Order: sequence, then structure tokens, then C-alpha cells
Amino acid sequence: MSLAWTQHLVVVPIVLPLLCGAALAPLTQGWHRLKFAAAYASALALLANALALAALADGGWPGGIGVYLAANWAAPFGIALVADRLSAGMLVLTAVLALAALHYAQPRWSRIGVHFHTLFQFLLMGINGAFLTHDLFNLFVFFEVMLAASYGLVLHGYNVERLRASLQYIAVNLVAALFFLVGTALLYATTGTLNMADMAQRIAALAAGGQSSTLVLLQTGVAVLALAFLVKAAMWPLGFWLPTTYAAASPPVAVMLVLMTKVGAYVILRLWLLLFGDGAGAAARYGYEALAWGGMATIVFGAAGMLATDTAGRLAGYAAIVSSGTLLAVIGYGQPSLVTAALYYFIASTIAIAAFVLLIELVDRIRTPGAAMLALTAEAFAVEDTPAEPKGRGVPAAMAFLSLAFAACALTIAGLPPLSGFVAKFGMFHALVNPGPDAPAIGPAGWTLMALVFVSGLAAIVSLMRFGVRTFWATEAVAPPALHAAEVVPVAALLLVSVLLTVQARPVFDYLARASEDIHRPALYIDRVLGTRPVPAPLPANVPGSASAGEAP
Amino acid sequence: MEAVLALGIGIVFGAGIWLVLRPRTFQVLTGLMLMSYAVNLFIFAMGRLAVDRPPLTPAGTMADPAALADPVPQALVLTAIVIGFATTALYLVVMIGARGLAGTDHVDGEEPEE
Repeated sequence: MSLAWTQHLVVVPIVLPLLCGAALAPLTQGWHRLKFAAAYASALALLANALALAALADGGWPGGIGVYLAANWAAPFGIALVADRLSAGMLVLTAVLALAALHYAQPRWSRIGVHFHTLFQFLLMGINGAFLTHDLFNLFVFFEVMLAASYGLVLHGYNVERLRASLQYIAVNLVAALFFLVGTALLYATTGTLNMADMAQRIAALAAGGQSSTLVLLQTGVAVLALAFLVKAAMWPLGFWLPTTYAAASPPVAVMLVLMTKVGAYVILRLWLLLFGDGAGAAARYGYEALAWGGMATIVFGAAGMLATDTAGRLAGYAAIVSSGTLLAVIGYGQPSLVTAALYYFIASTIAIAAFVLLIELVDRIRTPGAAMLALTAEAFAVEDTPAEPKGRGVPAAMAFLSLAFAACALTIAGLPPLSGFVAKFGMFHALVNPGPDAPAIGPAGWTLMALVFVSGLAAIVSLMRFGVRTFWATEAVAPPALHAAEVVPVAALLLVSVLLTVQARPVFDYLARASEDIHRPALYIDRVLGTRPVPAPLPANVPGSASAGEAP
Repeated sequence: MEAVLALGIGIVFGAGIWLVLRPRTFQVLTGLMLMSYAVNLFIFAMGRLAVDRPPLTPAGTMADPAALADPVPQALVLTAIVIGFATTALYLVVMIGARGLAGTDHVDGEEPEE
């Protein structure tokens, strides 16, 4: 028996960026064309691979779960990489954003400092690894890979503002990493395993066995562990560092930071449904309330932040906070049909905010110092705008593109029709009001969540409109900006993806519904992960050691 | 032994937290290092405290799980040390850069106004 070759696709998202990044490290900046080509090819390959994984998970593999046993050791002892519908979907999203960021960085950002592409590939490796691994300690390792690369990338194009933001960003994340370790240690001490599938089984047994003191220790451990993810997911009050960092980072890096916020929320989603699902006995639904109300507080914080700021970069940061708060609140609300809509929202908002982040820099070019000054003083001194004569040509193509793209981003982030943000929010409202036959009817928490999602959309449209009006309807003569084709294409592509998501909402929703069903059914997942047997070694049986190497205990 | 170790870890971790909250970069860095020492000790202790037990089976003997030390925390703590050390070194570089650019070692990059 040998391993089907498709099984190896699971490990590609980790190995490929690692090799590519390592290969690019020794090249100097003189080779930037080659570096860009290699990095771009790697990202394209990752996209193709992720699409293949999604197709395999959605029909190729039994139960929709592909398990890769690293080093051919059976699951609780070896490191198992698992690709299911949800993680494959996240890999696709990562690859799409990476392509856009790389494309955008090509004319300018990737040349400002050395090793942009190397760090970028390592960042991809960390993110992909965090999506695929199902082992707490490896999750820590991949988190650290991702964070270490992101520290370098946030500093990319070194200036005082970036340094200042990085000092906070790195310190906060280093402390969060230490909490991650403490939580993992407590979980190991109480369950005796680090594999998530094995741990889910043992927690159910612990809860059934009535060892309440161990259970309390375990819950403490999980709470400490969750701190690390919640810092990443920027739950209030742990998300204070986020807007400053996002505003300071260069645009292609900020795109990946938007995704990294979602990695924290993704891990919470996965871990909570697996460990504290309804099958966990006394431990079932542990911490759901805290997640729900914490998530709602995050939405309030993000919405207030959006209204309070007038810097575009911080606006994007607060929008990311709102979107991750919504996801956390939905996880805590604990209704499977709602998770489907929330996953759709997750994808739609990530793409929209990413496009917005890229757009900010392009828009900044038309905000001449005079216009910026006017925008600043408009409120303080109530200056009445005196309409100036329209100068020169009509609407140049660049301006039309920028304003249309901005409008599309604003509509999606705020959740207004016709784009994907509306579909996502409508889906969430629908799921909240119609919880289904075997779910409890909508309670005060549900109504609060609905109101907050609604109000946050309102806050988003108010603040984005304010920014748009000051920028595009400024009466000062605006110089049509010089846009590089390589900068326009990724923004347009991301918006196209957003439109596609809207047009093809049905199949995407169906896929996400199946993904949500999978993660709500931990028994099947545990069976698949623990039941996958290693492949017998192809060595002849008389070689000493070969038999024991093939059969892990 | 457990109480002494627990107290020791607690004191080191507490000192680390206090230092991390200080306004000077050197203190923050020292605090991070103290915290990571405490965390490493904590991981090491999670496999129960035992003295003089081998982590591996000696050659030619039967494996007896009760007589062995848990090897997993030792492997984990090794990884945690390496990663913690690397990230702390990285932070040190950022701090030196910040000191050079901003001309002050205050974490905000500027001296507070008196």
C-alpha cells in the first residue's frame, strides 16, 4: 500500500513557501525581477494547490477530511496535518490575498528594503501552517513563524512611525506568545496530549469522569491559551495595538495583517467547536458567553473607532476589528446555521478590507497637501467651501477608477447592497431570526448582536462616506494621480473576486454550509485523524528497525 | 519541591510583568526575558516533577512507563527556548533601531513632557 499522491498536496502549502523563501534569501536586490517572479510563481502554485485541496475536501476524501501524517507516525504521537473544507477555503483566501499583495508590491514596495519576498514567503508558510496543523504545539510554532515574519514586514520601509508601531506590536505579541505556551502547558498537564483530536476525546472523558479539579485546571489553561488568539483576533480590550500597526505598515503588508487578524478568530472557531462542542459533557459550551459578549464589545469598540478617526489607515484597522468581533460574537452565540453566514462574512470582509488597504495609498496621491489641510480644518473652523472652477479635462480614468473602487469597498465593508457584504449580513440576520427547528428561538443576546451588526454598518458607512466626500468631492483642484498598472490590477482583481462572491453566493454558501457542518461534527473528525494509519515502510522486512518504524504505536 | 518551584515561577513571572510595563526599552526587554524563563520552567514542570528518571529506556531493559520521565515537555521546552530566544533577539534589534532613529529609549519614541 502506498500513499495516494493527492495526499501530499496537504503539505505543499507549508513546504513550498519555505523552500521558495529560503532560496530567495541569499539573492541581493539586483535580482529583484527574478525574486518577484519566483515569489509570484510560488503564490500562484499555492492558489492552484489550495483550489485542488478544496476540490478534494469537497468530495475526494472520505468525510471531506484529508490527513497527512508527517514522518509517517500515527496521530497522537506524530504531527498530523489536516485539510478539510474550512482550512482549504482559508488557504484559497490566503493565496488570493498573497497574489494581490505581491502584485501590488512589485513596482515599488518590494524594492524599498531587502528580503521583502523572503519574509513574505515565510509569512505565507506560517499562515498556511496555522490553518493546516492540528496540534497545539505546532500551532505555536507556526504562529511564531508567522509573527516573526510579520515583525520584519511591518518594519519594512523603516521609518519612525513604523518603528514606534512595531515596538508595541512586537511586545504585545511576544507576551501573547508566552501566554500561548502557559496555556498549552496546562492543557498538556491535564489531558496528557497536544493533538487536538485526541484532546477533544480526553476532555469528554474527563468531564464524564467527574474529575472537577482537573477540569477547572483545564478550563483555566484554555482561557489563558485563548488570550493569545484573542490578542491576534483583536478582541476588546486586547486589540488596542491593531489600528496603529495597520496604519503604520506598508499597504502590501497591511493586506496580510488583515488576514492575520482572521487567523486568531479561525483558531478560536476551530478549537472551541472541537473541544467544547455539545459532546464534551460538563465542559460543553465553556466560555461561549464570554466570547459572545466580548465579540459584541469588540464590535462597539470598532464602530466607535471608525467614527472617531479621520485617518484612512486607522479606519481600515477599525473595520478589521469590527469584522473579527462579529465573527467572535457569532462563535460564542453557538448556532451552527449562523456560522455559515459568518464564514461568508469572514471572507467577504477580509477581501473588501484588503482592497481598501491597497486603495488608501493610491487615494493618498490625489490628496494634495492643500486638500488634506482643508479636510483637517473643515470641522474645526467650519470653513465654507467656495466652489472652484473645474480645471482642464473631465473625469480622468484614474480618478473614475479610484472613486468607483472606493465606493465598492465602502459598500462591502458597510454591508449595503448590492455587493457581498450585504449578502453576508443578510445571511446572518436570516440565520438569527430563523434559528431552525431544533435550536432555541432568538433571545436578548441575538437581538443585541443583530442591532450591533446593523449599527456597526451604519457607523462604517458614515465614516467611509465622510472620507470619500472629503477626498473625491474636494473642491480644490486635484491632480489626476499617476497610477501604475501593477497597482491598479490587484485592487481591481480583489473587487472582481468580491463581485464574483456576490454573483456566485449560492455555491459559496453551500460550500461553507458543508464546512460549518464538518466543524460542528467533531466525532467524524476525531475518527478520521486518529484512525488514519501510517503507511508501512517500503523497506524489506529483514532490515532491522524497519518494522517498528512503519508501525507506530 | 512543588511549592518552591511554583513560588519561584510566580515571582519571576511577576517581576517580568512589572518590567514589561515599564517605560524604558531595556526594562521591557529584561521583563520579556524573565517571563520567558518562567514560562520555560512552567512547561518543564508540567510533566510532573521527578528526579533521576531517564527520559528514554536504557538499552537492553524493558520499558516501564512509571520509571521514565516524560520526554514531551523536554522537547517542547527546547523548542520554546529557541523560539523565545530568537524573537527576543529580534526585539532587541528593533529597540536598537528605535533608539537610533528616535534618539530616546522611551517606548513611545519620545520623552514624556514634564
